[in-house]
Amino acid sequence: MKHATRKATRHVNQNEGLIFEKSSPGKSAWRLPPLDVPEVDASQLLGAAERKDLGNMPEVSEIEIIRHFTRLSTWNYAIDLGMYPLGSCTMKYNPRVNEVVSRLDGIANGHPYQPEKISQGAMRIIRTLSDCLIEITGMDAITLQPAAGAHGELTGLLLIRAYHQSTGNPRKKILIPDSAHGTNPATAATVGYAVENLKSDARGMVDITALAAQMNEDVAALMLTNPNTLGVFEQEIARIAEIVHSKGGLLYMDGANMNALVGKVRPGDFGVDVMHLNLHKTFSTPHGGGGPGSGPVAVKKMLEPFLPTPILITKPDGTLGFEYNRPQSVGRVRAFYGNFGMFVRALAYIMANGPDGLRQTTEDAVLNANYIRKGLEGTYELPYSTPSMHEVVFSDKLQARKGVKTMDLAKRLIDYGFHPYTTAFPLIVPGALMIEPTESESKEEMDLFIKAMRSIAEEVEEDPKLVLDAPHSTRVSRLDETAAARKPVLRWKPAAS
Amino acid sequence: MSYPTDFKYTKEHEWIKADGKSATIGITHHAQESLGDIVFVDLPKVGSEISSGKSFGSVESVKAVSDLYAPASGAVTEVNGELATAPEKINQDAHGAWMVKIALKDPGELNSLLSASDYEKFVAEETGH
Amino acid sequence: MRYLPKSPADREAMLKAIGARSVDDLFAPIPAEYRLSRDLKVPRQMAESEIVDWFRERSRENGDGYTTFLGAGAYYHYRPVIIDSLISRGEFLTAYTPYQAEISQGTLQSIFEFQSMICELTGMDVANASMYDGSTAAAEAVMMAVRLTGRRSAVIARSVHPEYREVLETYAHNQGLPLTVVPFGGDGGVDLKALEKSVSQQTACVLIQSPNFLGALEDVTAIADLAHRNGALLVVSIAEAVSLGIVEPPRAADIVAMEAQSFGVPLGFGGPYCGVIATREQYVRQMPGRLVGQTTDRSGKRGFVLTLATREQHIRREKATSNICTNQALVALMANIFMTIYGKIGLRELAKHNLAKSAYAAQQFSRHAKLTFPGHPRFNEFVIQTSEDPYAINSRLLGHKIVGGLPLKKFYPELGHASVWCCTELTTRTAIDTAVGLVAQSEGSVKSAHEEADVQEVAQ
Repeated sequence: MKHATRKATRHVNQNEGLIFEKSSPGKSAWRLPPLDVPEVDASQLLGAAERKDLGNMPEVSEIEIIRHFTRLSTWNYAIDLGMYPLGSCTMKYNPRVNEVVSRLDGIANGHPYQPEKISQGAMRIIRTLSDCLIEITGMDAITLQPAAGAHGELTGLLLIRAYHQSTGNPRKKILIPDSAHGTNPATAATVGYAVENLKSDARGMVDITALAAQMNEDVAALMLTNPNTLGVFEQEIARIAEIVHSKGGLLYMDGANMNALVGKVRPGDFGVDVMHLNLHKTFSTPHGGGGPGSGPVAVKKMLEPFLPTPILITKPDGTLGFEYNRPQSVGRVRAFYGNFGMFVRALAYIMANGPDGLRQTTEDAVLNANYIRKGLEGTYELPYSTPSMHEVVFSDKLQARKGVKTMDLAKRLIDYGFHPYTTAFPLIVPGALMIEPTESESKEEMDLFIKAMRSIAEEVEEDPKLVLDAPHSTRVSRLDETAAARKPVLRWKPAAS
Repeated sequence: MSYPTDFKYTKEHEWIKADGKSATIGITHHAQESLGDIVFVDLPKVGSEISSGKSFGSVESVKAVSDLYAPASGAVTEVNGELATAPEKINQDAHGAWMVKIALKDPGELNSLLSASDYEKFVAEETGH
Repeated sequence: MRYLPKSPADREAMLKAIGARSVDDLFAPIPAEYRLSRDLKVPRQMAESEIVDWFRERSRENGDGYTTFLGAGAYYHYRPVIIDSLISRGEFLTAYTPYQAEISQGTLQSIFEFQSMICELTGMDVANASMYDGSTAAAEAVMMAVRLTGRRSAVIARSVHPEYREVLETYAHNQGLPLTVVPFGGDGGVDLKALEKSVSQQTACVLIQSPNFLGALEDVTAIADLAHRNGALLVVSIAEAVSLGIVEPPRAADIVAMEAQSFGVPLGFGGPYCGVIATREQYVRQMPGRLVGQTTDRSGKRGFVLTLATREQHIRREKATSNICTNQALVALMANIFMTIYGKIGLRELAKHNLAKSAYAAQQFSRHAKLTFPGHPRFNEFVIQTSEDPYAINSRLLGHKIVGGLPLKKFYPELGHASVWCCTELTTRTAIDTAVGLVAQSEGSVKSAHEEADVQEVAQ
């Protein structure tokens, strides 16, 4: 390694087995209080439906469980340990006050069907968050029901379809830029729309001529991410919106990159008709190893009648309630009201920031990305010279000459104590390195990152094998994904005796 | 790599070997090289119809999926069952690891396909970029 | 702002390095007419203590300290404390999706254990790493059956959770998939004769829930036979996961679409919850959602990776098995730890307690109200019919800080004054006796219900 600076990193070498390998009959971690009602004979009550044996379910003690999961946790990288430069993931600090307030009894143990009289607290949380998100996005109405971004996209497209159907022409296609996240075309197909690709221009932005040529009355909507996945703001957004609207289409915005916009500009102001937000990105709810998320969908007035049922209303007596009588609604996309626990966290985040904090957050996010861009310019190829907002995309072109690709560079970055950036996406940049630091990174952390990336570039020139064989410092290295896909082993089975 | 001269080729990197009224289809050495380790092949059932130029299945590596495009039209008469348990055979010997056999609807369709030397040239141009 | 780790001096230095005069320069790409020149109208920045106070007020307004008899797809079970101790560790809470396997082995191995235990409990061969919830899991399972069979219609039991059916209708409607709804019989289970008439060679699958929304256990074997005879698949939805401790899993099913909320996930006013799809080995490539597989690294060490990713949106894009990306990983970890704590013996004992509590409650209620589906096997929920409107009864119970069973008029109007009640291991005998007493009160004085102006306020 060129530079000895090592960041905090944890790869405990202890081999912790599977919990089943610690199991032994008679060990237990549970105890129930004595039954205060008469015992029952399960066979009598259930007959043939009674289950007598739970097979290979484990039997272990409490301390073994604590040690097992504590040890496993030390094999994970996490935001609490250091930066995740992952593009479009917005891996920001997950505030702990969010966790505390979501565990308050009435909030944590509220049943979704409990009477409205004792649900005013939850409803007030939903109302307050909704109002904040409407204000932040510049839209008119919102649903919090979708459970994640992709779910929000699905909902958004259902709203678009319902709207067009109500005007008499359901339309057939959705235009999607080739730089889009994979959920966009996957969602469009789920909703039954044909997907038409929209090419990006030489600056990495929507090709206006192509858009004008492809936009017609068969196109229901354009699905746009703004800033796009290159981190570039679509400067001609007014023209884009105009072209789409002139043919009666709707402009959908994937809100994954809202971290560049909050408090500085509102999508509703620049022509967006419907958009989703990712509370687990912009609004600090924790990623938790892959979820849960929450994907609210905000809309302009004309789409409001189609929102999923129920909606929250204020009743004549001033209390809050759910309205189910919504004849034009697209229906439900999920049971109950959405990932309520994430609403609590997102609202706590907004309150901790206030309008000034939110604006400062966005400014720092954009400042950080540009600082890293400046620090790595020249070391890595910058495929597009257009200004970056909250994320920057480089390519591995310079390093590829030595046979080193973006995935290899990413694996070497692990040895320096960082999580890799997003590799090989967006698809329009071959060999992409997509970097989004977020506002949660200090200058010190980013200087370490820049130093690490520069050092790796030097290693590519002087000792490419070091990079190609990385990582060298982790407990496991270069796991065989081919074998895992050819002969999948997806569950534990006891050894044949 | 020299490509078998008794095969014909498509620009989507499939090969086809005609034998009177039937033909055998697979993917080329270049195709398996670009895909990397193949983990799964999705092939049609015996009896189904495949149509020239249209997708008739797919081949998967760990990180990518590619459609298989039919070099010619016809009904599927045989499917290579070995590939279900050992897809790596395609990586080992792409020109020997056949995928499907069909009863050719119109043997004339093969006339518009590439010869071995044309295909070699095509691959050289593609990889030269 | 205390979450932002930069001093004014840092910002100055960085702007200088970039060559920008002020941070506003960096926002120049945004057309001037759209740039905000005012503050957002959101609540002003609050101190941490103020935030906690605000939410504490909301908690008080949300029935904290009330006893609940509600189930209906969301169950109040005890959550062992070590669940939160462990999932609150930053390495689990703030970790990303485990795409980089070398530094995500903690997440990956725990998902592998989760998948294994779900298989063990459901009798299926393979389970995924979670779906959003039980309702979307059921909808995605039906879509999976459609892909597998190539058939374009489905039959669903009316005794499946009404909101699950609504979600399925939304998904199905947009794929042009007709759904046939089959009624339940006098015993609370699916009407088999009606089912037989509805299943055809165009049916991709039959969807049932067991225990169903009315608390009854379905005859899975008979229904499976019927479906399979017609070349259709059987999808079984399970909303109360704890039932798997004492009720035989639906081994004849082709796909199980579960809600694992009962396994240590808080009620949380409806979410986040934990859906799971489990199925037979031969269907794995049509399964949506992430899958973790076991493998070895270059030195032969065992490790875990996300696998069969070619089913998913980031590779297959418009041909993916689903558009799902973010799932419910942290919540699945809660379920994982819960299953590990109770384990082979504890899950059965826990289920037995649930069975005992609700059997006692059903027996006590039946002395004052009509037990709607007597004699038919149940787990921890039962339906009663009262002469008084259940909304009025619940209004009275609320005064005693008790939340009564869910009135069913909205979903099953033909059942009249029916309500579904749930008892778990946390329901005390005292609570049951009090509730029964308050219900008994009314059964002697029906008149008063209709005169009560308060009936409206608990309408749902």
